[in-house]
Amino acid sequence: MKFAVIVFPGSNCDRDMYHAVKEVLNEEADLVWYENSNLENYDAILLPGGFSYGDYLRSGAVAATSDVMKQIKEHVAKGKPVLGVCNGFQILLEAGLLPGAMLRNKDLAFMCHQEALRVVNNRTLFTQSYVENEVVRFPIAHGEGNYFCDEETLNDLKRHNQIVFTYENNPNGSTADIAGIINKQGNVLGLMPHPERAVEAIIGSDDGLNVFQSIVRNWRESHVANV
Amino acid sequence: MLQTFDISPEQIEAEQLYKEMGLSDKEYDMVKVILKRQPNFTETGIFSVMWSEHCSYKTSKPLLKKFPTKAPNVLQGPGEGAGIIDIGDDQAVVFKIESHNHPSAVEPYQGAATGVGGIIRDIFSMGARPIALMNSLRFGNLTSERVKYLFKEVVHGIAGYGNCVGVPTVGGEVQFDDSYEGNPLVNAMCVGLINHDEIQKGIAAGIGNTVLYAGAPTGRDGIHGATFASDDLAEDANKDRPAVQVGDPFMEKLLIEASLEVIHSDALVGMQDMGAAGLTSSASEMASKAGTGMEMNLDLVPQRELNMSAYELMLSESQERMLLVVKKGREQEITDVFEKYGLQAVAVGEVIEEKIFRLKQHGGIVADIPVDALAEEAPVYQMPSKKAEYFKEFQQMEMEIPVVTDYTEMLGKLLEQPTIASKEWVYNQYDSMVQTNTVVTPGSDAAIVRIKGTDKALAITTDCNSRYIYLDPETGGKIAVAEASRNIVCSGAKPLGLTDGLNFGNPTKPEIFWQMEKSVDGMSEACRALGTPVISGNVSLYNESRGKAIFPTPVVGMVGLLESLDHLTPSYFQHEGDLVFLIGETKAEFGGSELQNVLAGKDSDEVYSGKAPAIDLKTEAKRQTQLLDAIHHGVVQSAHDLAEGGLAVALAESIFNEKGFGVSAYLDGDMTVELFSETQSRFLVTVKPEDEKRFTEAVNDARQIGVVTSDSTYSVTGNGKKVIEANVHTLCKRWKGAISCLLKSKA
Repeated sequence: MKFAVIVFPGSNCDRDMYHAVKEVLNEEADLVWYENSNLENYDAILLPGGFSYGDYLRSGAVAATSDVMKQIKEHVAKGKPVLGVCNGFQILLEAGLLPGAMLRNKDLAFMCHQEALRVVNNRTLFTQSYVENEVVRFPIAHGEGNYFCDEETLNDLKRHNQIVFTYENNPNGSTADIAGIINKQGNVLGLMPHPERAVEAIIGSDDGLNVFQSIVRNWRESHVANV
Repeated sequence: MLQTFDISPEQIEAEQLYKEMGLSDKEYDMVKVILKRQPNFTETGIFSVMWSEHCSYKTSKPLLKKFPTKAPNVLQGPGEGAGIIDIGDDQAVVFKIESHNHPSAVEPYQGAATGVGGIIRDIFSMGARPIALMNSLRFGNLTSERVKYLFKEVVHGIAGYGNCVGVPTVGGEVQFDDSYEGNPLVNAMCVGLINHDEIQKGIAAGIGNTVLYAGAPTGRDGIHGATFASDDLAEDANKDRPAVQVGDPFMEKLLIEASLEVIHSDALVGMQDMGAAGLTSSASEMASKAGTGMEMNLDLVPQRELNMSAYELMLSESQERMLLVVKKGREQEITDVFEKYGLQAVAVGEVIEEKIFRLKQHGGIVADIPVDALAEEAPVYQMPSKKAEYFKEFQQMEMEIPVVTDYTEMLGKLLEQPTIASKEWVYNQYDSMVQTNTVVTPGSDAAIVRIKGTDKALAITTDCNSRYIYLDPETGGKIAVAEASRNIVCSGAKPLGLTDGLNFGNPTKPEIFWQMEKSVDGMSEACRALGTPVISGNVSLYNESRGKAIFPTPVVGMVGLLESLDHLTPSYFQHEGDLVFLIGETKAEFGGSELQNVLAGKDSDEVYSGKAPAIDLKTEAKRQTQLLDAIHHGVVQSAHDLAEGGLAVALAESIFNEKGFGVSAYLDGDMTVELFSETQSRFLVTVKPEDEKRFTEAVNDARQIGVVTSDSTYSVTGNGKKVIEANVHTLCKRWKGAISCLLKSKA
């Protein structure tokens, strides 16, 4: 299976994402510069964290309008997986691939530490290697991770089991403790905490590895089934 | 701000306008001798910034020569953008510390942010990828609204810049004392990793080669920043705001990636960042180092404002700019790389044989100066030095043991002192984990960053207890180096070398120069005793406000190497039942201690007095070597150095974590001394009961003082009587909440 890690100007978790998939998981992966790219041959797309375009205008807003997003939308339409982490999540929201928006953290300060998360939906292609309601530890590192949506959207998210990860001790004021949501089709996950920073015990946690392993497992299963 | 046009060379001399730019009468006369004529306005500006303390180190140079700078593993000592030390496997570590004190005093957010940006450029201009940031901060006490504002904004500025560029801020230190009230210190350190064959130098070699300007266009910000940084902070320092630069971390991130891509091209000859004194210093230094000259056409320099004069272009300290020298005819290869990242890289001049720094604008020559006159031949002064009166007085004082009646309450009070209290409020705002190498996050003795693809890691710390240095600069200087080294050793790493961030008051005052001289002497001696060369550094003088100098603060930024992650040793207790050992004896030493600070009360004029704690460097070196050996033999579970607040605070810090342990300690002697004295060269170590014999055989001066318990109680028995009994959670809450509590309270 082959992953593409999209690199925008200002992405800064691109190499971490690459390291997690390529060196820890031993899967094929490429760092793909946002311009003049061809995503056709990739099985999964990863949108890394960072400050694409310096977060100028709004976080994720400029990257969401870049040409590469057209290809990403085509990839999504084909049912292939897209994972957006942190700034990647913000880009997915700005691009309309996921509902809602990000506000500044309730304390108005950037925060970086390990957070306990609950896997509230393990029946997704990104979380199938977790046990339902398992509590895991991922680092967070964001200034605008306060997920917001209106009540109608929230009910909709709940009705379709689109809330995938929640915070055990909501650090940023997110609506309904939301840390990660998925689209209705089940192939686009936006996640504010960083699974790619939790892939080796030596750096504090390897709880995030299952996100990437789930993607690979899903691909293998469907691939074998198709053959 | 001076008007920059229509001022003739004659007028500059007649009206002594050079003085406003920072040149003395004598220096102006030297300039006339060098040029064999009167300098014009632009040239006067160029000389004044290049000969400012900030760029020329004219008063500190004779002192800096005293530092030991060589060792077999030192690949690059002081003189380039940053120093480099070999760490094996064809890799090397690059690091440097730099101050941004004056800008941070008037515009804390941008001052701190651009301090971070500047030090990162020093690292990647050497060809190294920046892998970690540290910072060493000093503020007044958190009682005035102004100090709270400075503190908050400096932290926001560091976070705003560091988080965006994707270099983790892995640690540092913050201390609070009245001497920094009007003049906070912001020292940022950056560590980079490089392969030996990628090391770049800032040289303008090869006659006829092209000079490329890359990055942000030049604006009218930060003009004369270097001169501003070389003077006392004025009462009306707000007027100096235009001398503060404005940072754009997004631009910096692009510049990092582009610069680290062009180093792989053999078209690149040399590269240097435009830091203090901007285009002037980078260009003239690159030529001077290569023994060449340089000619630039200022009309070609990218500009973001209209009608900029030569003076403004040369003295601007606009951020995120690099100067490159590229082989003639191969410019396109380099500009293509910058273009990929949306950055401008344009040819602005060429390397010439004649050792002249020549600038053209609008068809005419606007400056024509011998290159070496700006860099190597800048004046050097031997300042008069005089032993401080207060020092003589303090040395005569008899040490009295302070009176403490309630030890439990005193421990709680010490834990609430902002210098001791948890700095979580600060480091939670920094991205400490990006790049996924951070093994030990902020809050430990040393930060640990692993090196991917190897079993190795780097240990990094910054240290400087300026109270000791104020009381006794020489002893305090030794302690600063020893303490940094202690922190590295406690983590299981071998100290490699250090970078020094020297912050002092006005060097023209003999007592201040004496502080500089003595602390450098002490540091140098400790460097030799502990085998840690100085490979880079920075000097910030004139840190005074309202005529009062800061405490002498030569910050030590040290890096150590963990040969194997197996050696990694935490600073806090690990298992119930482990034996707690104290290495080193305890004497009655309270000069400059946190206890002295607490007992002095709010309105005391002179908080610190007496002698600084003594230090014997031979004992220090022996204990560090023995402890490191014991760690490498696997008989040490945790190791922590004793610092502010003495043993009582070190014990508390060792159980303030999620493990929920307690400690039960047994001490004999005077409890105030045993618990709160700040005697040097001491370590708190835990050992498994079965390893006791192996440990005590390896480490001479250790004695067991207690045991790790599981009951979340901090208990000390002194001379057979219970002297402290406290709930660990209650203590921890006071320690953790102290800083945010101070920030919220009204003055």
